Amino acid sequence: MTGMLSLITFLPMAGVAAILAMRFLGQPGARTDTAGKWIALATTLATFALSVKLVLDFNPANTGFQFLEELPWFAGLSYRMGVDGISVLFVLLTAFLLPLCIVASWKSIEKRVLEYLIAFLILETLVIGVFCALDLVLFYLFFEAGLVPMFLIIGIWGGKNRVYAAFKFFLYTLLGSVLMLAAILAMIGISGTSSIPELMTYKFDAGLQTWLWLAFFASFAVKMPMWPVHTWLPDAHVEAPTAGSVILAGILLKMGGYGFLRFSLPMFPQASEMFAPLVFGLSAIAVVYTSLVAFRQTDIKKLIAYSSVAHMGFVTMGIFSGNAQGEQGAIFQMVSHGVISGALFLCVGVVYDRMHTREIAFYGGLTQRMPWYAAVFMLFTMGNVGLPGTSGFVGEILTLTGTYGASTWTALIATSGVILSAVYALTLYRRVMFGEMTNPALANITDLDWREVMIFLPLIGATLYLGVQPDVVLNITGPSVDALVGAWRAAIAG
Amino acid sequence: MTLADLNLVWPELILAGGALALLLIGAFRKSAGPVFDVLAMLVLAAAAVAAACGDQGRAFAGGLVVDNLSAFAKVAIYAASAVAIPLGGSWLRKRGDDKFEFPVLIVLAALGMGMMASAGDLISLYVGIELHSLALYVLAAFRRDDAKSSEAGLKYFVLGALSSGLLLYGASLIYGFAGSTRFEDIAAAVQGHAGNGILFGLVFLICGLAFKVSAAPFHMWTPDVYEGAPTPVVGFFAAAPKLAAMVLLARVLSEGFGGAVEQWRQVIVVLALISVFVGAFAGLNQRNLKRLWAYSSIANIGYALVGLAAGGEAGVQSMLLFMVLYMVDVTGFFACLCALQRDGKPMETIDDMAGLFKERPGLALAMTAFALSALGLPPFSGFFAKFFVFKAAIAAGGYMPAVAAVALVGSVVAAFYYLRLIKAMWFDPAPGAVEKPPLTANAIAIIAALFSFPVVLVALVWLEPLALRAAAAFG
Repeated sequence: MTGMLSLITFLPMAGVAAILAMRFLGQPGARTDTAGKWIALATTLATFALSVKLVLDFNPANTGFQFLEELPWFAGLSYRMGVDGISVLFVLLTAFLLPLCIVASWKSIEKRVLEYLIAFLILETLVIGVFCALDLVLFYLFFEAGLVPMFLIIGIWGGKNRVYAAFKFFLYTLLGSVLMLAAILAMIGISGTSSIPELMTYKFDAGLQTWLWLAFFASFAVKMPMWPVHTWLPDAHVEAPTAGSVILAGILLKMGGYGFLRFSLPMFPQASEMFAPLVFGLSAIAVVYTSLVAFRQTDIKKLIAYSSVAHMGFVTMGIFSGNAQGEQGAIFQMVSHGVISGALFLCVGVVYDRMHTREIAFYGGLTQRMPWYAAVFMLFTMGNVGLPGTSGFVGEILTLTGTYGASTWTALIATSGVILSAVYALTLYRRVMFGEMTNPALANITDLDWREVMIFLPLIGATLYLGVQPDVVLNITGPSVDALVGAWRAAIAG
Repeated sequence: MTLADLNLVWPELILAGGALALLLIGAFRKSAGPVFDVLAMLVLAAAAVAAACGDQGRAFAGGLVVDNLSAFAKVAIYAASAVAIPLGGSWLRKRGDDKFEFPVLIVLAALGMGMMASAGDLISLYVGIELHSLALYVLAAFRRDDAKSSEAGLKYFVLGALSSGLLLYGASLIYGFAGSTRFEDIAAAVQGHAGNGILFGLVFLICGLAFKVSAAPFHMWTPDVYEGAPTPVVGFFAAAPKLAAMVLLARVLSEGFGGAVEQWRQVIVVLALISVFVGAFAGLNQRNLKRLWAYSSIANIGYALVGLAAGGEAGVQSMLLFMVLYMVDVTGFFACLCALQRDGKPMETIDDMAGLFKERPGLALAMTAFALSALGLPPFSGFFAKFFVFKAAIAAGGYMPAVAAVALVGSVVAAFYYLRLIKAMWFDPAPGAVEKPPLTANAIAIIAALFSFPVVLVALVWLEPLALRAAAAFG
């Protein structure tokens, strides 16, 4: 069906239009807010249903782009959309997490509810657009525009230090992105096209590749985020509302990894090979260093934020390993991390909604009052650690195997991250869940309600299902990744 | 002079005749009014139609050039001037300054700017500049009873006179060494080898024009004049005259000094980079929005100059597109400032804008769009403006890609103050109710914001080839 991708991308905007219409026609108040939430939920669920259909209709054996759309624009640019095995799952992931975000915010957002929903819907459109765009400028347009809704989500509905965090998030990302813009303009100028499929086969001069690679790296490394440009992430996570953190960790970070796979590897193969040791080094540092930093955190959300940086280290390693296992593992790890870290932030949101603090020291002994919550948190902690049977394990083992083939030392150092993640995650779990309940403020804390159960059920299902049946993901990504690796090898050899 | 010459200058004839007729009507009626504004706008519209559809060629022995470039620039200039009339008229009437001279002065300024866009000779260049400058000096000081407005007018006049002096000095040097004031003859004299004397003159000429476009380091007057002059007048200042001066600069450099690209490119690049960074860093400390937008306009002129420095068709095209898109944004932004009042006082500082989104969501959204557009964030028009400029610069090769990269980094610094404005409007609580905005200013602001996004996505499809045709006029 043609127009499928545009439909998925812009369907959330229909929700925005409906909410706006209601806002101007109806009376402001609690009833309008509730109606807005239902509209947003219905829109995001419809988008999810369409993206499920997209994945079902997707033909994995075809390594090219599918569901192509093209409409000429100005100055040689085009509105060009399409997905391949690498991007299609990210569309699904985004559409999967958004309804959960809306439900998670059902009660915790009390002020300016309609604006909040609109910001999320716009963000959904922009993020899906990033994964579907097949024109450099169109990609950049979606990629950059996403900064604004996230800036507002952190800045308006965030915690105490939200303004600082919002500015830091915006300026960090912008600085990386303008360098990428310069590279994009150079690529268009040299090759004469802005079409991503055409550029993937265009051979840039090796010396030039170095510069272009570095410019793209500046943007994606910040977005990912890689050590040492990760410092915006803990701040942004701590201040963002729960759903904002879910989107940030679950999807926005993946735009960096997707960028490496879509641009850096196929378009600048020689430079990618040349800089692979740099990426390995930074990734290994990220895995070990941020794991240690995570261990010392006193704020639950900050701890999970640092653990995200560590897990993204596995992803970058896998991407630049240059073999199918590594790349497959990187994509799998991104999908799995999107589910697990999103779930962990939602877990933090559960206690934060009740107690309005994220201090680890405040909690303790929650198993006594919240057995179901403790069980859910345990599952996702194990997923984060990478316990076999959860999706976290598959991603880590594949990226490590892939990296081992490319750089033994990196794999060796990074494997310690598996242990370190167990150290900080289990310590967190022990301090929050086990022991005596000494804080009297916790005496009346309640267990999960049905709304929260509804949020966690799909996430639990995804974590376990992907853990025991990883083939559903790997079969879709496989042929595209093989094609990518094959083209990369050929480009380096020739 | 022949009748054929006159046939080419219909826009100028319409404007000059229209301005005099309006002056007469006004003198008899003593006061202006919406009808008078509409008459003035009709004059501008007629001139725009004449400019768009009229014959092309060279009038008065090459003194005035009528080509695609001048047609493009004139339509944009006349349109921007026409928007300034209702914006300023309603604003002044609300403050009891109902003077009929206002539309007349705008029409006269438009006449001068049109001449600048058509100048093919150093004499017509100077006449155009002075004609529009004199009208602008008076407009800056239009609120005679307001000390700040008078100060702005005086400052503008003194510094403008200084820049005219520099420009004339440069022009006389060029004339002395080239033996002619016509750009064509100058081009012939420069061909192959440009002597030191003529380059010296060129540098002075560029300095004089840099004053007019407020490129750093000749920007000193801009923040003060912007702060003091009546708000709708500033909206006018920041838009059309900048475009006229940039087109003039493009014409002088490409037509007169096309053979000395390497020499003048260095000068323009230095001006551009200084402007970008002065605009970015000096703006960081500004709380007053009019001053802030003065620095923003300095930075933006820097980007336009990057496009110009790229040279060639692509460079001029990118500059034209940049200026047109920028003009819409800046007009819309000042229309927002015209519309906003709290307790009878205009809201002019960033702190005044606190909580605007709750109070006036429409205007707050419009201002957010202008701020993000000025920041160069997609999908707003400012992004596409920068896109064309930097694309031309990177394609020009040599050291231009490095210049583009440095200028792009400068735009990140400026992002901070645009974000601060957005933060005030969206994050902070409102200190009090905002008065109901007047219809005209509100409408202009909203329309400009809609152009900035999403209309621009479609408008560029026909603006881009139009600008390319205009830029090809030098070919």
